[in-house]
Amino acid sequence: MSAAGDTLLYLDNVSVSFDGFKALNALSLVIAEGEMRAIIGPNGAGKTTMMDVITGKTRPDMGTVSFGKDTDLTKLDEAAIATLGIGRKFQKPTVFESHTVYDNILLALDRPRGVLNTLFDKSNGADHKRIDEILEITRLGDLKAELGANLSHGQKQWLEIGMLLAQDPMLLLVDEPAAGMTDAETAETARLLKEIAKDHSVVVVEHDMDFVRDLGVKVTVLHEGRVLAEGSLDQVSANQEVIDVYLGR
Amino acid sequence: MTNFIAGALGIRSYVFIAVIAAIIFVVGFLNLAVPETSSFYMSSYVVSLFGKYLCYAMLALAIDLVWGFCGVLSLGHGAFFALGGYAMGMYLMRQIGTRGVYGHPELPDFMVFLNWKELPWYWYGFDMFWFAALMAVLVPGLLAFAFGWFAFRSRVTGVYLSIITQAMTFALLLAFFRNDMGFGGNNGLTDFKDILGFDVQSDTTRVGLFAASGIALVAAYLLAQAIVTSKLGKILIGVRDAEARTRFLGYRVEHYKLFVWTLSAMIAGVAGALYVPQVGIINPSEFAPANSIEAVIWVAVGGRGTLVGAALGAVLVNGAKTVFTGVLPEVWLFALGALFIAVTLFLPKGILGLANQIMNKRRERQATGASAQPQEAD
Amino acid sequence: MNTTFKSHASLLLFLFSLFLFVPAAPAHADELTDQINKLAEGGFNDRQKMIEALAATGDSRVVPALEALGDGMLYQQKLGGKVFIVERAGSDFKLIDPVTLEDAGKMPKSALEKIKVNNRLRRTVRDALGGLQLNSKNAADRLAAAGAVFQSRDPEAIPLLDAAIAKETKADVKKVMLEARAAAVLSSDLDENAKLEAIKVIEERSGRDSRSLLLNFANTAEGKLKTAADESAGIIERSLAAWAGVQNVWYGLSLGSVLLLAAIGLAITFGVMGVINMAHGEMVMLGAYTTFVVQDVIRTSYPQLFEVSLLISIPLAFLVAGAVGVAIERGIIRWLYGRPLETLLATWGISLALQQTVRSIFGPTNQEVGTPDFMSGAFEIGQMTITYNRLYILVFALVVLAALMLVMKRTPYGLQMRAVTQNRSMAGAMGIRTDWVDALTFGLGSGIAGIAGVALSQIDNVSPNLGQSYIIDSFMVVVFGGVGNLWGTLVGAMTLGVANKFLEPYAGAVLGKIVVLVFIILFIQKKPRGMFALKGRAVEA
Repeated sequence: MSAAGDTLLYLDNVSVSFDGFKALNALSLVIAEGEMRAIIGPNGAGKTTMMDVITGKTRPDMGTVSFGKDTDLTKLDEAAIATLGIGRKFQKPTVFESHTVYDNILLALDRPRGVLNTLFDKSNGADHKRIDEILEITRLGDLKAELGANLSHGQKQWLEIGMLLAQDPMLLLVDEPAAGMTDAETAETARLLKEIAKDHSVVVVEHDMDFVRDLGVKVTVLHEGRVLAEGSLDQVSANQEVIDVYLGR
Repeated sequence: MTNFIAGALGIRSYVFIAVIAAIIFVVGFLNLAVPETSSFYMSSYVVSLFGKYLCYAMLALAIDLVWGFCGVLSLGHGAFFALGGYAMGMYLMRQIGTRGVYGHPELPDFMVFLNWKELPWYWYGFDMFWFAALMAVLVPGLLAFAFGWFAFRSRVTGVYLSIITQAMTFALLLAFFRNDMGFGGNNGLTDFKDILGFDVQSDTTRVGLFAASGIALVAAYLLAQAIVTSKLGKILIGVRDAEARTRFLGYRVEHYKLFVWTLSAMIAGVAGALYVPQVGIINPSEFAPANSIEAVIWVAVGGRGTLVGAALGAVLVNGAKTVFTGVLPEVWLFALGALFIAVTLFLPKGILGLANQIMNKRRERQATGASAQPQEAD
Repeated sequence: MNTTFKSHASLLLFLFSLFLFVPAAPAHADELTDQINKLAEGGFNDRQKMIEALAATGDSRVVPALEALGDGMLYQQKLGGKVFIVERAGSDFKLIDPVTLEDAGKMPKSALEKIKVNNRLRRTVRDALGGLQLNSKNAADRLAAAGAVFQSRDPEAIPLLDAAIAKETKADVKKVMLEARAAAVLSSDLDENAKLEAIKVIEERSGRDSRSLLLNFANTAEGKLKTAADESAGIIERSLAAWAGVQNVWYGLSLGSVLLLAAIGLAITFGVMGVINMAHGEMVMLGAYTTFVVQDVIRTSYPQLFEVSLLISIPLAFLVAGAVGVAIERGIIRWLYGRPLETLLATWGISLALQQTVRSIFGPTNQEVGTPDFMSGAFEIGQMTITYNRLYILVFALVVLAALMLVMKRTPYGLQMRAVTQNRSMAGAMGIRTDWVDALTFGLGSGIAGIAGVALSQIDNVSPNLGQSYIIDSFMVVVFGGVGNLWGTLVGAMTLGVANKFLEPYAGAVLGKIVVLVFIILFIQKKPRGMFALKGRAVEA
């Protein structure tokens, strides 16, 4: 999987506006296969809108979004993009609250998504093994019979990441995974993401600078819907424009 | 497939089957075997009344399938029920033959009255029971499919969907009131004589129809139960609780909704088809939006997302309605209104949900008095 | 409409003769009276001569007597032979002097004998009256007389008309006289050119009756005249069609204003607050019943206030429906925020209870709500009729909408309301009592529905089911226009109203409504957030 260097995701000159407000302004971004990228930026920089565009929730007014060799994502809907291999974790942890942890993973598992497939589904031993594995990685093994609703905030975040893993996507989009977590939980999340990054491409949107430092990956700074700076965290923190945007006001 | 069938079975299903079977036998016995002079005798009127309740229970089950499990609140299921009813009504009209007031061998009375010379094309085939029975399922199913295909694809959800389902049944109400639609205008279809060669008024036919309703209800229940316990059922619940999450997992939410919505409409159609011969009439008022909303409250009373609760709720509310409108007709609408309010405010999970909660609490207390809290999810 | 117009005209005539002529010429009264008394003598032929003689006097005072004769209300005393105009008063007749129009006491029917007329005489009377009135000093009389000639198309009236036209000073009256003359010319034996000219005049007059007049003429005419008449009828036909279009737009706007009234309140509760209030229609109903109660009290206790009963009802209806709204919000809806489907069911329950309450108090039948004088009647523009009540309702709906927009945009309360709907917790943090804003907003929406009820009581049956017929339409309007957008509600209501009225002639009222419903269903699926949707992330949240 990690034939690093090949472009996996390519956003070219993408613009989105809502009632005149430009959420994305000619944004261009390249993610390579096997790469993990952190995206930072102040509120309203367009981070979530960018994810919406990639996952097909929002159609761009302009620009192209291509995935893998030559798949145009702007023509596909959420389900198609997800099946292609792009998984998304929301800013607010979203799991199936009335399903058990186990069922949450089961539903996410990379299996046929058609109506009839699921109606006459036959889950087999391999499935159970895979689910147990994922529960192991996300350290939710003891909670597998618990309802999603009964999990703590951090556990929900991990379950959602676990669900992404079960989807086995080529690219994971992770929106603020450390929001509202304790320091210990944050560190645990960083460990989890690094492990996942071993064999997946990951894009992490985050505010927490320590967390981004923990990840130790290339950083892209967004501001007013476009890329302000790109490079290692140290490089971008030394960039005068970034300082102005983040600290200067 | 085996998983699918296995899903339908379970202690709840066995109890459900046993209860319905017992009711069918008791009602049949009290009506047919007990002499009319006995105080245990059950009149055919009461048999048909109970049969009506069973049809309502089936309608409630259909609503629960889409609302309780998929979160799609339909305020127009009465339309599917009524369409099924009209399909059966058309069959029953064709069976009258020359026994009508005008004695026309082919045209129903109202058409003769309107000076129609020949049967409209859409009445063809309804002289055959199998065809009418097929239409009772297909017509509501097709309408639901077309409607749902548009609605779910363009992601009309929540109250918007509820309101346009209501507009749908309202539009049908207006349409069926028209004489030139060829469905008897505001008088509807009535004066039925026999069904499959049996006199619809006779005691045995009535008990037979009652039993058929019970069997259909059980079948619908088992089908619904199998669906909701399958993986597809879990996805439906996922759609209900977190539609976006389901979509981003790669499931085509609109297909799932469309599947269960169409199936639900078909079940409602069957319920309507069984309802009509027992009440002896079908007219446009069955399309009234108020009917559909009332059916929703049956589900809410019994407990949505439980299937059994929906059926129970339908029987309880309609039983209460029969009693109230007989004794204190003025009070019924107050009672019904209060029921709507009380259930939504104080009993969001319905009777069955309340029972479950009480049982869970008792079990917990018995277990260890552990500190697990009863969760509050909607 | 025509009958009212006629009765107005004859009333005017009556008053006029009363005021102007009676005191002006008392000296000749006896002479006239003698002539009128002679009407009773002889046979029909003598009577006809007598009528013509009366007409020849050109004295407007003979008009009441001739009218009474035509109406069969002119009687002769069996003893004495004096002639009177009579009015029925129980089993007796009230006598009125035919010239002075003074009260002349009562008399049993048996003491009087009717002066008989046959159809020929009636015609003579009508023509005589027409001629007399053409010379009347009152412009309205002359107008009515010319109109009468247009209807009768009596060629014999042509010389009379010519004389009248020569004297006429008022342009509009003259125009009608010329038209009347043209109509008369067409049934006369005048030459082709005169008739061609007449056809042009009638074509310009336009209207349904001009068209049928020309078509009738074309049926009997030949050659050039026939083509000219047909052509002119065609021109009128097209102008009529254009007017029918305008009339449809008016009907549509009128229906739209009704929809708008019903929907404005919902635009607040549903559009702004997001509360699905299925009892909205019942708020309208409460407003209508408030009007009924107000009128009832006025009728029994202060009848002189009837003209302003609606003005009194408006604030009361607002208060009644608003108070009920606040009670519903505080009692039930506030527990259900964030659970729209439950809100829908609970408010449906409320609507059932409210209907039954009203039914228990006032009974299930329709209540009679009266229309004040200023709202009754109609006027005409070109070929279309506009009734005052519809016009007032349209204006009223727009005024209510404008007032509401002002409240939302320009008052501190409106600011608070918008703040709460946009960001509840932030508004709360800034010291806004969000729960009171909720209650007041819901009360406002309900109160406006109540006001709508006052207006709708004028055109709809006031029954416990009144609200039911508006609820689906109101939701359609709000959703169609775009939730949370008052302009959208206006445009939505008017569009649906006009669309409905334009479909009606082709599809019939019911099918037209179905077509509109189906259209909206499809429209919502295409644009789930309405015509004027708010875009962006705020909506998704």
